[in-house]
Amino acid sequence: MAEISSIQAGTSAWFWRGVRDGAPFTLVIAPFALLFGVVATEAGLPLLETMVMTVLVIAGASQFTAVTLMLDNAPLFIVILTALAVNLRMALYSASLSTHLNSLPLWKKAFVAYFLVDQAYAASVAQYETEPSAPVRSKFAYFMGVVTPIAPLWYGCTWIGAVAGSAIPQEYALDFAVPITFIALIAPMLRTIPHVMTAIVSIVAALALVWVPYSLGLIIAAALAMAAGAATEIALERRGGDS
Amino acid sequence: MDMRDIWIVIIALGIGTFAIRFSFLGLMTGRRFPDWTMRLLRYVPVAVMPGLVAPLVVWPAATDGDFDPARIGAALVALLIGAGTRNTLGAIFGGLATLYLLLWLL
Repeated sequence: MAEISSIQAGTSAWFWRGVRDGAPFTLVIAPFALLFGVVATEAGLPLLETMVMTVLVIAGASQFTAVTLMLDNAPLFIVILTALAVNLRMALYSASLSTHLNSLPLWKKAFVAYFLVDQAYAASVAQYETEPSAPVRSKFAYFMGVVTPIAPLWYGCTWIGAVAGSAIPQEYALDFAVPITFIALIAPMLRTIPHVMTAIVSIVAALALVWVPYSLGLIIAAALAMAAGAATEIALERRGGDS
Repeated sequence: MDMRDIWIVIIALGIGTFAIRFSFLGLMTGRRFPDWTMRLLRYVPVAVMPGLVAPLVVWPAATDGDFDPARIGAALVALLIGAGTRNTLGAIFGGLATLYLLLWLL
């Protein structure tokens, strides 16, 4: 992230800088939103429900999770619990940004919270760390700049996908777009041995526990996998510390 | 699932997701997670999503749960592209291209 010609730069310079840094994300957001619209529609979600979900939640992975589990007729609390679990990483974003945005008025914090998507977090935290002493007004303007190209595109492309989805016939095997999308989201996260271990335990346990009623097998598998990842991390750290 | 259930999911997910995002910004400003929570939270997405996908790949609904080489192949290609290039979109398109190619070939 480049410095924004020093602290004196006006709030609007920060906003436009944010817009520029947010713009490349549209390449990821647009197809992802289209796909969600198509998949939700194919799953039988009506247009209104699809749009309300996409506007209220704005978190692609958890929306895909919810639709997949609803299609699977999982019980309500499992659908909600699992989809929210996918979003728990955002508590980390919230904690990290709170150190930079502490003095914002509460209503502005609410705006930041609503728009706190992965891309907005990544861009903002990088910018804030480049210029930690910038005024909080400027930091807020930058954040809103980043989400300006992202959020409307997310809503709009979901709508286009939902409308187009009702016109796509079943034989195009779009049932498999969801698994492919999840794999494509996870694969880049497999950067470290503990992450790979977590994924392997999750897969093996979920397959072994499909017989458990109410889709509880997935919750158990996720808990085991999380523990396995953390344990692997600790074990590797110990080994590193000894040498 | 009937419409009432769908609305319950949508509203609960909307409120819950906002609450997660607002948590430290709005309510617990400046407070930090204990280290062990940070450690566990980092692994949540990688712990949930592979387990969600695995049964869909191994027993696809479209083939009534029969093993399907085209879908397994597509999943593997998406995994390899995603892990190799860190490019999510490339992995989606690579996986879908493989799926259609294999469905056409097999």
